[in-house]
Amino acid sequence: MNELLVEDVARGAALGPAPELQPGPRTGVARFFLRRPGLVVSIVFVVLVALAAFWPGLFTNRDPLTGVPEDLFQAPSSAHWFGTDELGRDLFSRVVHGAHLSLKATLIAVAVAFVSGGLLGLLAGFVGGWLDDVLMRVIDVVLSIPALFLSLALVTALGYGTVKVAVAVGIASVASFARVMRAEVLRVRQSVFVEAARACGARWYSVLGRHVLPNALGPVLVLATLEFGLAILSVSSLSFLGYGAPPPAPEWGTLISGGRNYLANAWWLTALPGLTIVATVLATNRIARALDGEWVKQR
Amino acid sequence: MRRYVIRRLAQAIGVLWAAYTLSFLILVLLPGDAVSAMTAGDTELDQAQIDELRHRYGYDDPLPVQYLDHLGRALQGDFGDSASTGRTVTATLGDALPQTLLLTGTGLALGVLAGGSLALLATYTGLRWLRQLLLSLPPLAVSMPVFWVALMLVEIFSFRAGWFPAFGNDGLRGLVLPAVALAIPTGAMIAQVLSKSLFIALDQAYVETARAKGAGRRHIHLRHVLRNASLPALTVVGLLAGQLMANSVVIETVFSRNGLGRVTASAVTAQDLPLVQGVVVFGAAIFVLVNLVVDLIYPLLDPRIVVASSKGAAAA
Repeated sequence: MNELLVEDVARGAALGPAPELQPGPRTGVARFFLRRPGLVVSIVFVVLVALAAFWPGLFTNRDPLTGVPEDLFQAPSSAHWFGTDELGRDLFSRVVHGAHLSLKATLIAVAVAFVSGGLLGLLAGFVGGWLDDVLMRVIDVVLSIPALFLSLALVTALGYGTVKVAVAVGIASVASFARVMRAEVLRVRQSVFVEAARACGARWYSVLGRHVLPNALGPVLVLATLEFGLAILSVSSLSFLGYGAPPPAPEWGTLISGGRNYLANAWWLTALPGLTIVATVLATNRIARALDGEWVKQR
Repeated sequence: MRRYVIRRLAQAIGVLWAAYTLSFLILVLLPGDAVSAMTAGDTELDQAQIDELRHRYGYDDPLPVQYLDHLGRALQGDFGDSASTGRTVTATLGDALPQTLLLTGTGLALGVLAGGSLALLATYTGLRWLRQLLLSLPPLAVSMPVFWVALMLVEIFSFRAGWFPAFGNDGLRGLVLPAVALAIPTGAMIAQVLSKSLFIALDQAYVETARAKGAGRRHIHLRHVLRNASLPALTVVGLLAGQLMANSVVIETVFSRNGLGRVTASAVTAQDLPLVQGVVVFGAAIFVLVNLVVDLIYPLLDPRIVVASSKGAAAA
């Protein structure tokens, strides 16, 4: 379930042409961003999260794993921005260090879905025939199993851990990537320039690599940015249920499930890591929407 | 019409069979089986006893034999015994189902109500700021992790205000918070789709015709536009069935409610393969069933669909 689908569904049954976008005058890059302050904030936030994932030292010098026993359950203050937890560990530092595991899991999930879904879609769309039929039927089936149940089945089979959860989330969303990729390949394959390339005697692999793939990749990349937000949510759900990183390691979903035990007296332990997830997902969704919009205009 | 119904039924059965096969493959082909999960903590069993257990559950048969054996029994409603509790999978799921249905049903109803009125109000209002405010809510709501929303509701409405219990299955008061938590993402999806299709429908020529004939704004909005725009929202309700069940797993865990979600979570924790497979197939079955119902309701709401699909069948 994602925004591309919402768009399709809304347009599909309206039985009318979609409203045309005004072509508008060409505007410079600076003006483009100045008119979209939300987009700028989103990009800045995502960059900050990415920096935190690779160099947490830039944001905090406190150790996320060792606590100061005198400082336990401190409310957010200037000394501890996000407060401290039941062992006196600084929550801000744990959230910053948690970005590493959470982002790693999300990237793995999106990469698994993107690469395998993309390849399957490419195969189905480019080869066509019975292979296309078989692959698409399989994908319809996968789509009919709720994604979380599929992830849970995979977690049961694979076992626990950040990487395994990430792979499970990724595999559960292979089907939607394969679908979009196939649709795009089918669209591009029928265009005149592909026919021209074929007529010029280009080999199938150069038609595929130089003409079909680059032109079909756009919507799949948009889907990948949208999937990024969804994957953050799925990964954090699974680690909230306790299948992700084992407890002492900071990970966003695990932080929330840890804070859950102290909900009555320390709201910040659940609220603030959760808000970090919300902000990250909102930011990536905003960026995805911008990419989607520009891509539509380009076409 | 009859051909349409038969075709949709055949499709649904095919998808169910394939979902069963797929979950069988995932759980059987990957390393470890139910027996090794059952005996993982048990050091007193020797290899011969483990082999004996394997034999009893049929895990030493060749794969195709295992598959046909399992499929045959699944067709009779027997999904085997849970490896962790020993009860039959069917009975375990059957016991858990009513609570989950109650929760997801209430959540869906609240979501449809809230999402629908939000979309209607956002498209009807003439106030620009109100429209933008309303339209910015659904994207925010779908960006929030469900379990976090649930925990925040508990924090505010049970620990601070003390209006509702924080956990448990007891009565209507215990149902409110989980149902609201479930309704938020559901309503957001419905609001997004419905407001988009309402805006599209408002641009159609029949709206102008109705206006030219002197119909009032509210009349046009509710009678003409909403009726035409509600079909996409119905599709989304079908698609949301899967999401609702998935979210109920998380929400039942948060509120410690009994139900399908709790069964699922503990089955995964115990690596209870037969029960997990039962849950996956069951989830697919509900999803397929809801979508089948949605597809069968369609022609009643919009006769054009049957015409189009029988034309397609004739051409094929």
